[in-house]
Amino acid sequence: MLSLDLSFYNWELVTNYLLKGFIFSVQLTIIATVGGIAFGTILALMKLSGKALIQYPATFYINTMRSIPLVMVILWFFLIIPMLIGRPIGADLSAIITFIAFQAAFFAEIVRAGIQSVPLGQTYAAEALGMTYGQNMRLIILPQAFRNMIPVFMTQVIILFQDTSLVYAIGAYDLLKGFEIAGKNYGRPIETYALAAITYFVICFSLSRLARRIQAKVAIIR
Amino acid sequence: MIELKNVSKWYGSFQVLTDCSVSITKGEVMVICGPSGSGKSTLIKTINALEPFQAGEIIVDGINLHDPKTDLPKLRARIGMVFQQFELFPHLSVTENLTLAQMKVLGRSLDEAKTHGLKYLDRVGLITQKDKFPGQLSGGQQQRVAIARALSMDPIVMLFDEPTSALDPEMVGEVLDVMVSLANDGTTMCCVTHEMGFARKVSDRVIFMDQGKIIENCSKDEFFGDPSVRSHRVQDFLSKILAH
Repeated sequence: MLSLDLSFYNWELVTNYLLKGFIFSVQLTIIATVGGIAFGTILALMKLSGKALIQYPATFYINTMRSIPLVMVILWFFLIIPMLIGRPIGADLSAIITFIAFQAAFFAEIVRAGIQSVPLGQTYAAEALGMTYGQNMRLIILPQAFRNMIPVFMTQVIILFQDTSLVYAIGAYDLLKGFEIAGKNYGRPIETYALAAITYFVICFSLSRLARRIQAKVAIIR
Repeated sequence: MIELKNVSKWYGSFQVLTDCSVSITKGEVMVICGPSGSGKSTLIKTINALEPFQAGEIIVDGINLHDPKTDLPKLRARIGMVFQQFELFPHLSVTENLTLAQMKVLGRSLDEAKTHGLKYLDRVGLITQKDKFPGQLSGGQQQRVAIARALSMDPIVMLFDEPTSALDPEMVGEVLDVMVSLANDGTTMCCVTHEMGFARKVSDRVIFMDQGKIIENCSKDEFFGDPSVRSHRVQDFLSKILAH
């Protein structure tokens, strides 16, 4: 029978070890989500453009990023970016760039599916009123596509938050690292990892509940 | 005002429109009828360039659709279209549906667009619904809002693609009433429809299409007049439809 001593779980633990890591994980998640959606939307529009010269690079990028394990991409970028820009780069910044680039590919597919889920008749109606491609996308299609895709977006954000723990590979200080170091210092690895799991669970579960509420609010009645 | 000359269209190797020629003059109400798959919807969608076509010419108000200098969005803004599935923008309110294109395409101010749009909303009898969303309206109400939305752009011609085909029978009447009143006001209209009662009441010309070709192109009186003069295909079609 495991004997668990949780007496050390107090505010001191949180502020010394966990807060810094938690903030980094949250920051990384938010930045990667915003950047991922922004670039992902551009990639999706490129893929749907119908012009081969624009489509192929986008498709190639999306397929590549979605076929390689994230931890590998994290390691690669950490090694390659300094070579490209000629100077060393911190693990934190490298992680941010990597995550944006990686998430862009996943969000691209989500946005593409979202755009294609909007009935073609909507584009016909917009065009019949004299709107250009850009006006149609901006005013009619994307607003509806994003609303349709909120559940999938939120799932992706939850996965992203969990994936931030992979930055251990390049030594960045995220939430999991905070627990790990605390476990070592207090000499209680089992309890800290259990607490880590519970913490991640509580956060992710709350996000999924939030997702459901947002979706109910902005759902389009067709 | 609108001229189609020998228009042909292919989807890949399948020819959907063959050598279609027809002209619509200002103030004329034209009805296009025919069996499913005859190309009626495709033909009407070529008029405002929603569907491209490979051969022939279409000239709308002096503008050639295939001229590379033609600004297609600008031309489409002058042609109103009403769709079978209404296609209101579900994420916008009724008023926003009416004002969006007026502001973004025609450059009108919000107040101008609102006044103008709500005037047409009243015309179709739905001014009380101005703050509702499309999902809260019945099919007949949605279609009437769609007509008001198209009219708000002050088009030179109104195109209707089977406007009542997706409606429950009790709502067909309210939409047809709006269309009849538009016709009586002298609006140039081109309607793809199965509603022969409507065609007999207000149309000037009737076009019958079958398998991508225009089989008949005659005045309303000729079309509904002596059946023996019409082609076999038309007689067959009319006998089946009018029997209801």
